[in-house]
Amino acid sequence: MPYLSRAGVVLTLAALPFVLSLFQVVQLTVFMIFSLLALSLDLIWGFGGILSFGQAAFFGVGGYAYGVVGINTGLSMLALAGAAIAAAVLAALLGYFTFYGRVSDMYFAVITLTVTLILHQVMGTTADPRYAIGAARLGGYNGMTNVPSLALELPGRPALVLEPVPLFYVVAAFLLCILALCHGLVRSPFGRVLAAIREDEGRTEMLGYDVRWRKLVTFVLSGAIAGLAGGLFAGWGNFINPQVFSLSQSALVVIWVMVGGRGTLHGAIVGALVVQHLTSYLGAASVSYTSVALGLILVAIVLLFPRGLVPAVLGALMRVLARPRPAVSESP
Amino acid sequence: MDLLAVTAFGIVYGVATLVLLALGLAVIFGMMGVINLAQAEFLMLGAYTVLLASSHGASVWVGIALAPIVVGLVGIVIERTIIQFLYGRMLDTMLATWGLSLALVGIVTLLFGPTTEGIATPLGYMAIGRYSIAHYQLFVVAVALGSLALTWGLFNRTRFGLVARATMQNAGMVAGLGVNPSRIYMGTFAFGSALAGLGGAVMAPLTGVVPTFGLAFIAKIFITVIVGGPVILLGTTTAGGVLGLVESAVSYASTPIYGQVAMLVFAIVLLRLLPQGLSGFWRRGV
Repeated sequence: MPYLSRAGVVLTLAALPFVLSLFQVVQLTVFMIFSLLALSLDLIWGFGGILSFGQAAFFGVGGYAYGVVGINTGLSMLALAGAAIAAAVLAALLGYFTFYGRVSDMYFAVITLTVTLILHQVMGTTADPRYAIGAARLGGYNGMTNVPSLALELPGRPALVLEPVPLFYVVAAFLLCILALCHGLVRSPFGRVLAAIREDEGRTEMLGYDVRWRKLVTFVLSGAIAGLAGGLFAGWGNFINPQVFSLSQSALVVIWVMVGGRGTLHGAIVGALVVQHLTSYLGAASVSYTSVALGLILVAIVLLFPRGLVPAVLGALMRVLARPRPAVSESP
Repeated sequence: MDLLAVTAFGIVYGVATLVLLALGLAVIFGMMGVINLAQAEFLMLGAYTVLLASSHGASVWVGIALAPIVVGLVGIVIERTIIQFLYGRMLDTMLATWGLSLALVGIVTLLFGPTTEGIATPLGYMAIGRYSIAHYQLFVVAVALGSLALTWGLFNRTRFGLVARATMQNAGMVAGLGVNPSRIYMGTFAFGSALAGLGGAVMAPLTGVVPTFGLAFIAKIFITVIVGGPVILLGTTTAGGVLGLVESAVSYASTPIYGQVAMLVFAIVLLRLLPQGLSGFWRRGV
């Protein structure tokens, strides 16, 4: 992105809390947290070419880790680090067994999905009070309540709990920093090799690159980002429950990236914002309607716009805009 | 002695249900290389067929007989409208069938409501010493064996099976010999769907029927099929045996949920050693 548009994005984000209502600011904050989750999937899928159905699992594990650490220590910053680390450890374990086992992409997708499903069931059975880590009760399907809010904890000063508007800025800063980090990563030599793996794994390996190690590193990073998003989510709502591991939540992450287009990073963010705005406009009519709509959207995008909805629409717009100048567009 | 017999039957029964539920998925994956994430919803549709049949006064047996036909037809519709455009794009097929699975759960919830409907388990009990075994469980084991035999017979002893195996190896050659491969794909997919319908229908009286019926089984059956690998019958049966044993052992010791966790962990470690599944190194066949 050119510097001008970057500055534009930062200025717009800085100005938004002055324009929007408090409710909209709170809502946009959670949409940005979801964007972070979408970003984590685009990193591994759009650049590594590895479709993970398990980003919701890392998101959820991050959320629970934030809750457990936050309730036990009262330090939200430590809890946020814990969220990223817990998710990264899970990703490292899964990634070691699958990538180093040279499991095919399809098997990998199914394994990540089953891990998410089983986490959903396991967390659902923790309703009994004896399922507690320190002071944090896991709470079964009712979820974990009393999760502490995000707060600014500087040594020697009382903790400053973030109000909605500062929280908005903190989340926006996280999103922009991690977007910049990911951009840096995919443009680095490491990222070039990653793209080569996506295009042709066998050939990349024959050229002497350790494919398994690079896939593992990318997957762990992606898991850590998803876990961080989960931690922010739990801090945002003071709450986390097994619903984050559900099939529809896992599908949503994939839908965000498919709508925004794979392999662009900012596309994933746009996709998450667009889809979440749409679903909140359509209203919470019924979970079943949402489920039907999401499912049909997924089928339709795969059949009609496999490169992503936003890129397809933008492409069509470009073609329409280019039409008044046929001399340019028709030159071979 | 009685305890031993009942425990042994419990393990056989666990393996049989796993094989019965996973067989449809294994046929579709093993023959066509398609992972159908809506397979759990095919089980659910089979279960609802039984529920509808019994609520309209027909017996459970009629429902169980109808389920493979109904779900097979649903399979044909889905193959014609969605799957046939996505052959060769495996991950896209998974995504599309995943969307389908969400949509089917939503549609069934809208039509029949989110509550669990019970179906009375037919047949009685049989006493073994101080313990008892439901006759219906024996029926489940029999259906599992019957489905295995049917699948083996269909692919090894009929003309359709011969042509189907040929199509999976070289669709162009089959087309050159005057058979439309598209029809064969459709038939294979319908057969896999019908097997799922049968499995769901048979399990319905035991578990109750709910739109998320398939969710309880989906993780298990995918693990079984993946660990089983590309050889459909032998792979699925072996994987069902090994994983069923792990699951029932851990379930006896703690809870069924941890049984599933143990099964998943075992499967992931096993795939580290045998990435193509248990049958990956064997001779290709059905």
